[in-house]
Amino acid sequence: MSATAPVAPRTIDISNTAPIPFTRLIGVEFRKSYDTRAGFWLLATIGILVTLAETIVTIVGITQDDADLNFGNFVQVAAFLTAVLLPVLGILLVTGEWGQRTAMVTFSLEPRRSRVIGAKYVVGLVLTLVTALVAVVVGAVCNAVLGLATGGADWTFGWSIFIGFLLLQSIAMTTGFALAALLLNTPAAIVVFFALTYVVPTILAIASVFLDWFEDFSHYIDFQRAQQPLADLSLNTGSEWAQLLVSGAIWLGIPLVLGLRRILSAEVK
Amino acid sequence: MIKVEGLTRTYGAFTAVDDVSFECQPGRVTGFLGPNGAGKTTTMRIMVGLTPPSRGSVTIGGHRYADIPNPGRHVGVLLDASAQHGGRTGREILTLGARTMGLPMSRVDEMLELVSLTPAESKRRLRNYSLGMKQRLGIAHALLGDPSVLILDEPANGLDPAGIRWMRGLLKGYADRGGAVLLSSHLLHEVELIADEMILIGNGRIVAQGDKQTLLREEKPSSLVTSLDNGRLGEALTQAGFGVSRAGEGLRVECPPVEVGRVALQAGVVLVDLRTGSRGLEDLFLQLTADTQREQAPGAQPAPPTQPMQPVQNQGAAR
Repeated sequence: MSATAPVAPRTIDISNTAPIPFTRLIGVEFRKSYDTRAGFWLLATIGILVTLAETIVTIVGITQDDADLNFGNFVQVAAFLTAVLLPVLGILLVTGEWGQRTAMVTFSLEPRRSRVIGAKYVVGLVLTLVTALVAVVVGAVCNAVLGLATGGADWTFGWSIFIGFLLLQSIAMTTGFALAALLLNTPAAIVVFFALTYVVPTILAIASVFLDWFEDFSHYIDFQRAQQPLADLSLNTGSEWAQLLVSGAIWLGIPLVLGLRRILSAEVK
Repeated sequence: MIKVEGLTRTYGAFTAVDDVSFECQPGRVTGFLGPNGAGKTTTMRIMVGLTPPSRGSVTIGGHRYADIPNPGRHVGVLLDASAQHGGRTGREILTLGARTMGLPMSRVDEMLELVSLTPAESKRRLRNYSLGMKQRLGIAHALLGDPSVLILDEPANGLDPAGIRWMRGLLKGYADRGGAVLLSSHLLHEVELIADEMILIGNGRIVAQGDKQTLLREEKPSSLVTSLDNGRLGEALTQAGFGVSRAGEGLRVECPPVEVGRVALQAGVVLVDLRTGSRGLEDLFLQLTADTQREQAPGAQPAPPTQPMQPVQNQGAAR
């Protein structure tokens, strides 16, 4: 039967096929971040909790005469919540592909895996920015309500606090992203992230109390402490910079590099 | 279209794929047959870059898969119909694929229609799909980008008989329009009717390949005979140098029926029944992969002293 079959070309002409544009990959990854229940409700939860928290702050501001709130306070309240939720977002962006094994399809359609991972990270950053903007907008509405109720709102808003908020949230999201890439498992990445964020600083602090020589040393491995000056962009001294970079390399850099290496070379099952 | 050369993949001491070479032609359906764990899936995963090979190479249309821009437009892949997010609807899964490949959304509806998933079904979440529906969706996903090569791993798994017939027609038509199809299966009858070419793999090695006629030609001739005096006929046949074994009421003889008739004539034994003992592809398949089977299929080897089938030596001819 092969003798009579028309001779079809044995090569594929790829000269007219454009690679998938990076913006399209970002668009697809963005869609994936909300088109499942887990993804949708995580994003919704972030919005709902931020609104809820800022509403409570508004009520406190209206009922307590000595609350003395300004616009910046609303953003700080939001930051407290999103510092917990955005890392989970960063984790789910990565592990979502592994838990449900969709990575097989994703990497079949785009074998240049680094582009997919890059698109996911951009989505994480965009959603962090959107979260910050939602916090500011909701904060502005609440502050206006507060002003109407108490007869005069304080619109003091430090841009350095907003930028610091963005930076800290981005770092938190990136740390979640890195741990997820390293572990490729949602629960494990979440547990390890919160252990690193809340347990490790405590242990380092306790160790510093008992060991004098350890205190200076611990400043270079305590990533949470080293980030504190970033909150209002008061990172001035060289040692503060060094502490941020060294601790960041340990807790963010190493997991990120190892995780990316794992994703880019691993067998996708 | 697909060219596999010296492909080997080891996991520690275990060799999952052992020096596998074959080629899939455009306009033909190539069946990739082997028992579970023979290395079919690993080979296909290496083809699309999900598993790095230890040695060897695969090219599709002359390119490494990783070098094909927007590969979904050229190569349709279905490796595991269940490897999709259970919380997404069938339509959403196809939409993500179409968007990634840069296709119009009308393509999603076309493909849903092609695989007979109704609009209502397409809005259900994947976790509520039967395996057959997942397979249909997976085939739709593979065909989205109008590719010229299809790589399908066990696509008939979970399809009902009508579904298997439908898939057969679909792939046949696809190949007739010039497409190259590689589909794997552990069930011979699923691929026997559609595959123009078959590659049999066991324990990571190719044990035979060729079209159906070529494969059957390699089978050693055998006859089934029943006579009024099986004992004497058996002796005579053994003396004539043919392998004889008991098979039901009669004997199985490792020679063509004409030789049995000749010996019977000389021995003066009256024959009651004489016919060819060719056992078809199913037995050939089981024999070729016999040492790689997890368990021996009862009744698969009717007579003990059958010689193992000689592997097909036409790898060069298949090119």
